[in-house]
Amino acid sequence: MVKIDAKIPEGPLADKWKNYKNNQKLVNPANKRKLDIIVVGTGLAGASAAASFGEMGFNVKTFTIQDSPRRAHSIAAQGGINAAKNYPNDGDSIYRLFYDTVKGGDYRAREANVHRLAEVSNSIIDQCVAQGVPFAREYGGLLDNRSFGGAQVSRTFYAKGQTGQQLLLGAYQALMRQVNEGNVELHTRNEMVEIVMVDGKARGIISRNLVTGKLERHFAHAVVLATGGYGNTFFLSTNAMGSNGSAAMKAYKKGAMFANPCFAQIHPTCIPVHGEFQSKLTLMSESLRNDGRIWVPKKKEDAEAIRAGKLKPTEIAEEDRDYYLERRYPAFGNLVPRDVASRAAKERCDAGFGVGTTGLAVYLDFKSAIDRLGRDAIEARYGNLFQMYEKIVDDNPYETPMMIYPAIHYTMGGIWVDYELQTSVPGLFAAGEANFSDHGANRLGASALMQGLADGYFVLPYTIQNYLADDIATPRMTTEEKEFEEAENAAKGRFEKLMSINGEKSVDSLHKELGLVMWDFVGMARNKEGLQEAIEKIQAIKKEFWSNVRIPGSTGGMNVELEKASRLADFIEIGELMARDALHREESCGGHFREEYQTEEGEALRQDDKFAYSGCWAYKGEDQEPELNKEELTFDVVKLVQRNYK
Amino acid sequence: MENTINIKLKVWRQAGPKAKGRFETFELKNISTDSSFLEMLDILNEQLINKGEEPVAFDHDCREGICGMCSLYINGRPHGPDDDVTTCQLHMRKFKDGQTITIEPWRSAGFPVIKDLIVDRGAFDKIIAAGGYVSVNTGGVPDANALPIPKPNADEAMDAASCIGCGACVAACKNGSAMLFVSAKVSQLALLPQGKVEGARRAKNMVAKMDELGFGNCTNTGACEVECPKGISLANIARLNREFLSAKAQD
Repeated sequence: MVKIDAKIPEGPLADKWKNYKNNQKLVNPANKRKLDIIVVGTGLAGASAAASFGEMGFNVKTFTIQDSPRRAHSIAAQGGINAAKNYPNDGDSIYRLFYDTVKGGDYRAREANVHRLAEVSNSIIDQCVAQGVPFAREYGGLLDNRSFGGAQVSRTFYAKGQTGQQLLLGAYQALMRQVNEGNVELHTRNEMVEIVMVDGKARGIISRNLVTGKLERHFAHAVVLATGGYGNTFFLSTNAMGSNGSAAMKAYKKGAMFANPCFAQIHPTCIPVHGEFQSKLTLMSESLRNDGRIWVPKKKEDAEAIRAGKLKPTEIAEEDRDYYLERRYPAFGNLVPRDVASRAAKERCDAGFGVGTTGLAVYLDFKSAIDRLGRDAIEARYGNLFQMYEKIVDDNPYETPMMIYPAIHYTMGGIWVDYELQTSVPGLFAAGEANFSDHGANRLGASALMQGLADGYFVLPYTIQNYLADDIATPRMTTEEKEFEEAENAAKGRFEKLMSINGEKSVDSLHKELGLVMWDFVGMARNKEGLQEAIEKIQAIKKEFWSNVRIPGSTGGMNVELEKASRLADFIEIGELMARDALHREESCGGHFREEYQTEEGEALRQDDKFAYSGCWAYKGEDQEPELNKEELTFDVVKLVQRNYK
Repeated sequence: MENTINIKLKVWRQAGPKAKGRFETFELKNISTDSSFLEMLDILNEQLINKGEEPVAFDHDCREGICGMCSLYINGRPHGPDDDVTTCQLHMRKFKDGQTITIEPWRSAGFPVIKDLIVDRGAFDKIIAAGGYVSVNTGGVPDANALPIPKPNADEAMDAASCIGCGACVAACKNGSAMLFVSAKVSQLALLPQGKVEGARRAKNMVAKMDELGFGNCTNTGACEVECPKGISLANIARLNREFLSAKAQD
């Protein structure tokens, strides 16, 4: 086991970031021009980092698999972004945002990182407003706020139900400004397939041009991965179809540790699965829980009648409805954190009270809000979400309650990074959802946008300088060097191997098999036997994939199936890593629920004496068991208690 | 309870940017009317792969109508026969049993075909790079509440900002004009005090870039507004024209 140094700065918690900035190394403007940075991914974290680096005077190359940086999946975030502005005067502060985030994460995040996140949260809102992000406003012209799960204050800024879109477009526009000024070189439809290491440091990447199929070599003094999460391991998730964990796996195989892979978030409010050809699940924003009330029938016979299509939800009398979140958690009600709400829905459905044709759905009802505020007010708040629901389900949520069920949404685990967001590979950084840093075992709503932009605008621009300051005398390398050639050959060999399999099964059919194993055994409720079985099943899928996948076409030119196959190969390995991590973590915390570890009331039961650490997995070679390392978490400020939302 | 339909597809196939394209016909049976249009194409592709043929290439990503990646011209309409939706939100219940469905890529001089139904929309990025932003660097900006903005202006800016950059407006326009796209960004930023400062420069630079990239002129037919999945209003084009003329007058 290696000793893990998170490089947390000295001093009291609230002074650490200030102290770091006061003492870090800087790079002067003339030297910045001599230094190259590669940023992979153009979502909130990647676009904001690349734009900021460009403004500072570095030479930046940025890569995206989509046709434009504006397509990154950050765009789909609906509800909002948290900040500790305390504009509503409801008692919020940097400390409270920090505290809520550590508590919401079920005490499995690093205090110093979370505090820094809360500190810079206010600057993000200032920055976005200056960029022209059209946040919602009050009639007085000032910014409006709403509430999200896991908080008793209103600290969420929003732009209709399209906050992620507006923040991403702000970052994208800042990025395109730098492209226009020649500081950033933009590579679209271009996927990183290998990291190039020179003398133990990340010095570039091999990428595949997805239009021509050609492999390209790119040098940089430092590489930033901002490539999002790995939720699509489950096949069905709320992630975009292209979201993948491949960059993280490339980093892992080059020596970057992968931390807490089993911490995956199941979002409580998604549109339920409808059929076997379904390609993805659609999220209904958590903001709906501000006004929507979640319930199932109190009587089993009512639930059965609804499932059989003999009864409508509107025909169930008020006293026959079980508003189970309000019943179990009176203090937070429908606004409990996501993991708590998801498990409560599963508990009711497993007990036979679920609705919908499959019995795997609960109601999200707006009737009392419409009665109280009027239909227009509800339409102004959630109009686009209601429209989206109606288009998919063909049911009018103003009249009948929405049906929702939990689905995989976000991954808290990811590439391990230290306080500077540097991975265990020198010169390789990870930002946004791709890293594991700030959300512990469960992320609070409206905190992903905050973290992505914090990393990109306000953390990396400082910390990457501290690294690059030692590199000012390192000249640009030519990509003719042997390290680049070897990395390109490794990538080429991998694609050729995939093409040569020529088996019987499509990529999607194998991905669905993996997804079912993940959902059944590594999903909302996990246990020892199930996880052991999952590992065996995943290894069998891996074997099947490498001997029986069918990829039409060739490596030359655009080949979508080859892209998907290459990503699935990585998802299979991530799936196994998730199962291993879940098996080793003999406790329940946040999104990780082990059936063996629960309170009498069915709440998650942590084992702080044994598991108050981040599990950091190190790659040990093909088909070798990975090595577990531990970053012990110390809590100097927050006291560890069982989360209580009652 | 599930309804299914049988359909016939006429799909544009084109091996590469310079290759000659053609329509290919496929028949699909027992397609659930609850599946989305893209799920129907997934089923088609699964069948093609199982037969050892090349699947149809099409752009898609979020499948919830916000990323702007999907871009199919279905039965003569960008994003197909439903209003206010992208192709990924279109469902098979909008089609009849036995119907023939023609699927083409966006067709415009500004969007060359890459493969099958995939086109290159890089021109939109170039137009944004020419001026679709507020020129502020990270850090050193005033407090978010320092400047009050009237709610109606903020709301109107938000409406303009909801453009997803899919290119349906260009595909719908007989002139292949990108005016609705350009005007949405110019309007959003012109409506906010932060963007007003460089409004004239922005309007001129974005329009010049649009012209340079081969997009056609606007003749106010309004087809773009009808087909826009996000309901971006023609009023934005009027505002762009005002901004552009007053910028020119200042020269």
